[in-house]
Amino acid sequence: MDIRLTGVSHFYDKVEVLRDISLDIPSGKIVCIVGPSGCGKSTLLRLIGGLEQPSAGEILQIGAPPAECLNPLTYIFQDFALLPWRTVRGNISLVLEDHGIRGTAADDIIHNVLARTKLSDFADALPKQLSGGMKQRVAIARALAVNPAVMLMDEPLSALDSQTRELLMDDLVNLWTRTPFTAVYVTHNLAEAVRLGHSIVVMSRRPGEIREIVQLDTPLDQRGLGNAEMEEKQKYLWQLMREEARAADAELVHA
Amino acid sequence: MPETSNTVEIRHVPFRGGGFAPSPRRWVGFAVFVILIALAEIGTQTGFITPLTLPKPSDVLKTFGELYSSGLLWKHLSVSLSRLVVGAALGASVGIAVGVMIGLFSYVRAGLLPLVAALFPIPKIALLPLFVIWFGIDEGSKYALIAFGTFTPTVVATYGAVDNVDRNLIRMGQSFNLSWVSIVRKIVLPGAMPGILSGLRISLAIAIILLVAAEMLGAEYGIGAYILEAGSLYDLERLFVGVAILSILGVTLSACIGMIERRLLRWRV
Repeated sequence: MDIRLTGVSHFYDKVEVLRDISLDIPSGKIVCIVGPSGCGKSTLLRLIGGLEQPSAGEILQIGAPPAECLNPLTYIFQDFALLPWRTVRGNISLVLEDHGIRGTAADDIIHNVLARTKLSDFADALPKQLSGGMKQRVAIARALAVNPAVMLMDEPLSALDSQTRELLMDDLVNLWTRTPFTAVYVTHNLAEAVRLGHSIVVMSRRPGEIREIVQLDTPLDQRGLGNAEMEEKQKYLWQLMREEARAADAELVHA
Repeated sequence: MPETSNTVEIRHVPFRGGGFAPSPRRWVGFAVFVILIALAEIGTQTGFITPLTLPKPSDVLKTFGELYSSGLLWKHLSVSLSRLVVGAALGASVGIAVGVMIGLFSYVRAGLLPLVAALFPIPKIALLPLFVIWFGIDEGSKYALIAFGTFTPTVVATYGAVDNVDRNLIRMGQSFNLSWVSIVRKIVLPGAMPGILSGLRISLAIAIILLVAAEMLGAEYGIGAYILEAGSLYDLERLFVGVAILSILGVTLSACIGMIERRLLRWRV
């Protein structure tokens, strides 16, 4: 299933946050969206997943999602959004219960996704007992449980320290290499973008427009630390963004 | 660091980080009670406090013993407890239901919030004569008074608690296509539970106050009737027995809610 955006614009009251965004999200690829703070990249993600409606333009699903897919457009949030009163297992079964999946069928899925995110030993832990990285892995496991056609990731690693971030990026690369998934990955971190993105959409400051789409052809599993080509791309992206980021920063002061 | 002259003063960095972190001190509260009662006993025994001012705590205890052995304690207490349970359960459950609706539906909120704000400051005791006409002088008016008194604080606490549920969790529920009922039952209600329970603490204390008020009109048995009778005879021992029973009732209820909180809110950080 592909996603296509044509001429999407969005206003909050009279403030224009997104202007004329047209973008294709091909299935099986990770599209990263980077931009200075306040450029509307998180808004764009909420529009893509149907949590908000665009003021103009349309967002289309092209092709039917796979049959076994319970929730085609599935988010992973920056703040994890785990229910603190449910255990790891309970948080995952939450999204299965409404589809009538209970008992052994649910246990099989939970067992499978916890194994894939290396959380099998923590099924009965409460979120407060987990580290930040583990919480986000639970959120990823929960997303995997519904077999999403497209994963919508809103700064999923931004609340984590840099070592944990590095480890989780490896996890994501491994997950993708084993079974490629489609994802839109919003971040302000260029290192994450060049590590995970098959294409990187660079946005301008508010009103957010697409400045450039950078394609990266290196396979994900060959983009380890200190890869010269990646360094080069990251430098290039920073050059694109530098002025925008500076201007966006000054803008906030006067807003 | 280069060696400086030997007149340099050396001392520990002063500690400034203490306090502002209450920790449990188990027996202090109990000790305060014991000391106050002991002071009253000494004062009344020595005659420093006249019998008209304060009864001897030992006499109060004796009166309590008599009340217990005569079987009247249970009679008064059972009647009062049943009024309290029925009235408070009614008021709290309707209050929670209305509070959740105010939290969830814009029209209910717009319609009922002003009404609740208007009802909240009314001293419910003032309405007792009215309730007697509406619901009869028997149990009906007493249930109504207690229910009405617990209703308003419960509503206010509940809708505040619903408002405070993390919107990101609700957004998460929607993003996974959970049904409206599931979101309310599995996200909104558990998320509001801490606020609802702390509201219940206040509501139940108010229920005890109103219980006594209700029993001052047309009740033969009940702690309130017992206190009223003792008061009009200026029988201080019995008055204090009644008051002590109410205090114990309050402490017990508060401990019960504490237990429920520890059970239900184990997930809290």
